[in-house]
Amino acid sequence: MPGPEPTLSILIIDENRLRAVVIEDGLRDAGYTNLTIVHDVVGIARRIADVSPDVIVIDLENPNRDVLESMFQLSRAVNRPIAMFVDRSDHSAIEAAVEAGVSAYVVDGLKRERVKPILDMAISRFNAFARMAHELEEARSQLESRKLVDRAKGIIMKTRGLTEAEAYALLRKTAMNQNRKISEIAEGLIMAAGLLAPPEDK
Amino acid sequence: MTDRRPFEIVAGFMPLLDSAVLVAAKEKGFAAGEGVDLTLVRETSWANIRDRMAVGHFQVAHMLAPMPIAANLGLTPFAAKTIAPIALGLGGNAITVSVALWERMLAHDAKSDLNPATAGKALRATIAERKAGDGAIRFAVVHPFSSHNYELRYWLAACGIDLENDIEIVFVPPPLMADALAAGTIDGYCVGEPWNTAAAKAALGHIVTVKAALWRASPEKVLGVAAQWAERDPDALAALLRSLCRSAQWCASPQNHRELADMLSARAFVDRSADWIMHGLSGMLDVGGGEIRRVEDFFVPFAQAAMFPWKSHALWFYSQMVRWGQVEHTPENAAIARETYRPDIYRSALMALGVAFPSANAKVEGALTTPTPVGSMGASLTLGPDGFFDGALFDPDRLDAYIEAQKR
Repeated sequence: MPGPEPTLSILIIDENRLRAVVIEDGLRDAGYTNLTIVHDVVGIARRIADVSPDVIVIDLENPNRDVLESMFQLSRAVNRPIAMFVDRSDHSAIEAAVEAGVSAYVVDGLKRERVKPILDMAISRFNAFARMAHELEEARSQLESRKLVDRAKGIIMKTRGLTEAEAYALLRKTAMNQNRKISEIAEGLIMAAGLLAPPEDK
Repeated sequence: MTDRRPFEIVAGFMPLLDSAVLVAAKEKGFAAGEGVDLTLVRETSWANIRDRMAVGHFQVAHMLAPMPIAANLGLTPFAAKTIAPIALGLGGNAITVSVALWERMLAHDAKSDLNPATAGKALRATIAERKAGDGAIRFAVVHPFSSHNYELRYWLAACGIDLENDIEIVFVPPPLMADALAAGTIDGYCVGEPWNTAAAKAALGHIVTVKAALWRASPEKVLGVAAQWAERDPDALAALLRSLCRSAQWCASPQNHRELADMLSARAFVDRSADWIMHGLSGMLDVGGGEIRRVEDFFVPFAQAAMFPWKSHALWFYSQMVRWGQVEHTPENAAIARETYRPDIYRSALMALGVAFPSANAKVEGALTTPTPVGSMGASLTLGPDGFFDGALFDPDRLDAYIEAQKR
């Protein structure tokens, strides 16, 4: 199998800087060195003309996809015809790309074998990024719920004169009885305490 | 209702006033009432709508009326066969220019009356006084295959403005139009509501004319339907079309406009002030500086057979694709355009509702100067007025002659 061609020029358009870096790293690791990253599509026509990319990778969330396509239509900024994706008939490749939230525009005539690994890489990096963002979100919400439980414990300890362990046991028992998450019980308790508390520091 | 499972349908849409019929179908329960479990997905670009429909994420979508035609003609980078069995209303667009350009037009007798002929004349005079090196006036539209692109060009050309040398047309997503005007990257634009109101309210622009004045009762958005899915599941499509018809009736009723405006203003939909949306719904436009102008038929969701997919509409869009060099005119291409619109599906789906629909599949566009009763099935039907502002007629049976005449 032939290795990647470092000369192949790839333009990455992504408003999410972190994701753009993730894709760039992936492509660099795979041996592509001629990469350009653009975050902002203002003046993109000029950039495309300067870079003269063989492949353009853009995220689907970018509202400027219509703008980009119309430029291809006019064929002024890019004076070569452009086809989207690797091959119009390659339905599974297109589907995988759209699922991942990435879209690729490829200069017509560029062989499919040369573009496929780039698109595959972009897709796997997009997916990896989505996973990472999801995990980050989960970690954040776990942290949030621990904070809530700590505050609820504090309230119970103060109002009922219980120890920390007893306060936690009470929260857990209530959660189990009501078949709810302990963080939900804690949140409800904090809200209730807020409503009932005397307006001391207002 | 029978006890069969609901039809699951996913529809893509863009944040615009004319997503109203789809949004209300879901939110007011018209879809559920027809046994359709409708999921709406807001999109960020027409390109996404096209792609996600092609890979099967969406069975149907809110689409620019020329988009399915362009897809079937193979003019877009990627598209699956798409049909248009129902329209999502008539009108809804306007043309806005920057305050700076408006002031120059005022010096040439522009009036705040939305009249396309006088506005065009003022713009032409403004262009004529430009000095060498001033550059072209730059207008934005949302998409190459959009009624905005064609009606803007139609207006400029009919007013004797040279599109080759005096005007540059660029593409900007609807929610970014007012920003682009503010940044000075464009001098004006043609877009659907509420994105004209957006510039007028921010004192960034002035609305100079409206789609309803350029071509009264003219087509704007359709429901694009994946042809493969339509063939596989005709009952689901028919149920959806019935629900859209009921929804459009609801949307058209002035007493529902406030509720509809509130609904559309939600973050999941247009995500802008309900007051902005009310201007387009009521046809009482704020053209700029708080000046209110009443526009007849600004946005028509239901009356005048607004949902009927006229083959003459498809062919007019096709004639403009030819006019502006997007496609070559051949009998085969014309047939592809004509067959994209499917009044047959519309009729068979809506027959049971007893709503009025025309007995013809095409009409001479621009022929009606007054409201006119026409041959219909079901209830009685009144069409028009539907004139082009320059008095031209489009007879779909004389397509070749129309295309030929536009070359001059």
